[in-house]
Amino acid sequence: MQINKDSNLALIDINNLSFSYDKELVLQDINLKIFDKDFLVIIGPNGGGKSTLMKLILGINKANKDSIKFSNQTLDSKLEEIAYVPQNTNVNINFPIKAIEVIMMGNTNHKMPFFGYKKEELNYALKILKQVGMEEFADAKIGSLSGGQRQRVMIARALYSKPKVLLLDEPTSNIDADGQKAIYELLKELNKEVTIIVISHDLSIILEYATKVAHVNKKLSYHDISIMKKEFTSLDGHICEVELLQMLGKNRC
Amino acid sequence: MLEAINYEFMQNALIAGVLVSFISGVIGSLIVVNRMVFLAGGIAHAAYGGIGIAIYGGFSIFLGTTVFAIIAALFMAFITIKQREKIDIFIGLIWAVGMAIGIILVDLTPGYNVDMMSYLFGSILAVNNEDLYYMGGLFILISFAVNFWYRDILAVSYDSEYASLCGINVKFFYTLILVLSALTVVIAIKVVGLILVIALLTIPIYIAQGISSSLYSMMLASGLIATFFTIIGLWISYSFNLTSGACIILVSAFSLIIFMIGAKLK
Repeated sequence: MQINKDSNLALIDINNLSFSYDKELVLQDINLKIFDKDFLVIIGPNGGGKSTLMKLILGINKANKDSIKFSNQTLDSKLEEIAYVPQNTNVNINFPIKAIEVIMMGNTNHKMPFFGYKKEELNYALKILKQVGMEEFADAKIGSLSGGQRQRVMIARALYSKPKVLLLDEPTSNIDADGQKAIYELLKELNKEVTIIVISHDLSIILEYATKVAHVNKKLSYHDISIMKKEFTSLDGHICEVELLQMLGKNRC
Repeated sequence: MLEAINYEFMQNALIAGVLVSFISGVIGSLIVVNRMVFLAGGIAHAAYGGIGIAIYGGFSIFLGTTVFAIIAALFMAFITIKQREKIDIFIGLIWAVGMAIGIILVDLTPGYNVDMMSYLFGSILAVNNEDLYYMGGLFILISFAVNFWYRDILAVSYDSEYASLCGINVKFFYTLILVLSALTVVIAIKVVGLILVIALLTIPIYIAQGISSSLYSMMLASGLIATFFTIIGLWISYSFNLTSGACIILVSAFSLIIFMIGAKLK
């Protein structure tokens, strides 16, 4: 667990970040420090700026270059350290592509331009598929997989570039309840190696998996719930969403 | 049919049929997976403007159509990248304006009496050596481009957002696919005519999509299926003295129906 970390060691350091589309201010004075191996969940209403914040971290939307730092360097030089798992994995479902090919999309540094995947590339992709529990589906067409399986492939694709941070946008929005739990168990396992940022509506995951919560609605309020969780769970070993909202409410500025 | 192979025009037709079928298989696959069928239709019809310019100016029809189709493709690429929400309107506009330009220029050409039907419905039996060189050159160009950039094209086609995050120049590859489509349309016009180009670029691909697990195998399967349809269509066209392009398309469509029924029954 990462308690009492020196603030200089923040992996992603967001300082006084504001952003507007045309004239409408979407994010205002955002300050957020994300530390190595955090499991941060970003919640907030639709249109509150969650996705905009995510796009700024990914470098899709351009922020003032001093307002987001990655390991104390400018974001641009470090973008490959942040891997992204998109929300909608149901796009292009009829596309003739195998799971393993989707994963190798993450490798843009391939030296050989002509068709063909190198042996070490394939082996590495298989290793990653194994990590997400999908090795037997390597040659399966992406459209033949279930929503949960497809999400695992997308996570594997993101892991291919050996990122420090994994950023997931509503990772379980198209998946049934059992599949959702399995995805979060996988993320928990991956969290031992990488920092995880999840955008979600689903409060129950905050209880079980998150260590930090950021609520974004133009402004940002931040909660380190790893400590709070201990206080609450000690009562009867179970907390429900109502209590979670209570404890988040207590800290609301 | 067999004795017909001794005729040079029949040999040319067969070579052209195979070349165009494979090119259509490769580029048609890219058009279908990128959902560009309507765009390709627009380019095909706009290409008629190029035919008109060539006839009016008295130069090579291939040259006129190629240049005109590439300009139409570049314009479409520009519009789709800049003004995504107005794309339907612009495709419709390019589609109709190109044809209108072609028709007016043909009207203005003095003493003009070439059979315009051959451009609308194809004239594979009239393929000459110049056409074959052009088709062969295009076949080599497309094979090279698709093999060289296969992984980038695959990434852009499957998930352009992610490809862009990975640093792939999505706009370049999008434009490349459209320009290659324009070139393909120009030669497919010779075989099936511009009215029927879209069928050649979609029917074999639709069948191949159901049986392929990778883009590469889909391209090859589409090429083989299209070749089969072209040869059968050509044979029917020759035997019963019917328009070749229409025969090829009807053979394709009939096969598609059988394929779909077969897939349902499975």
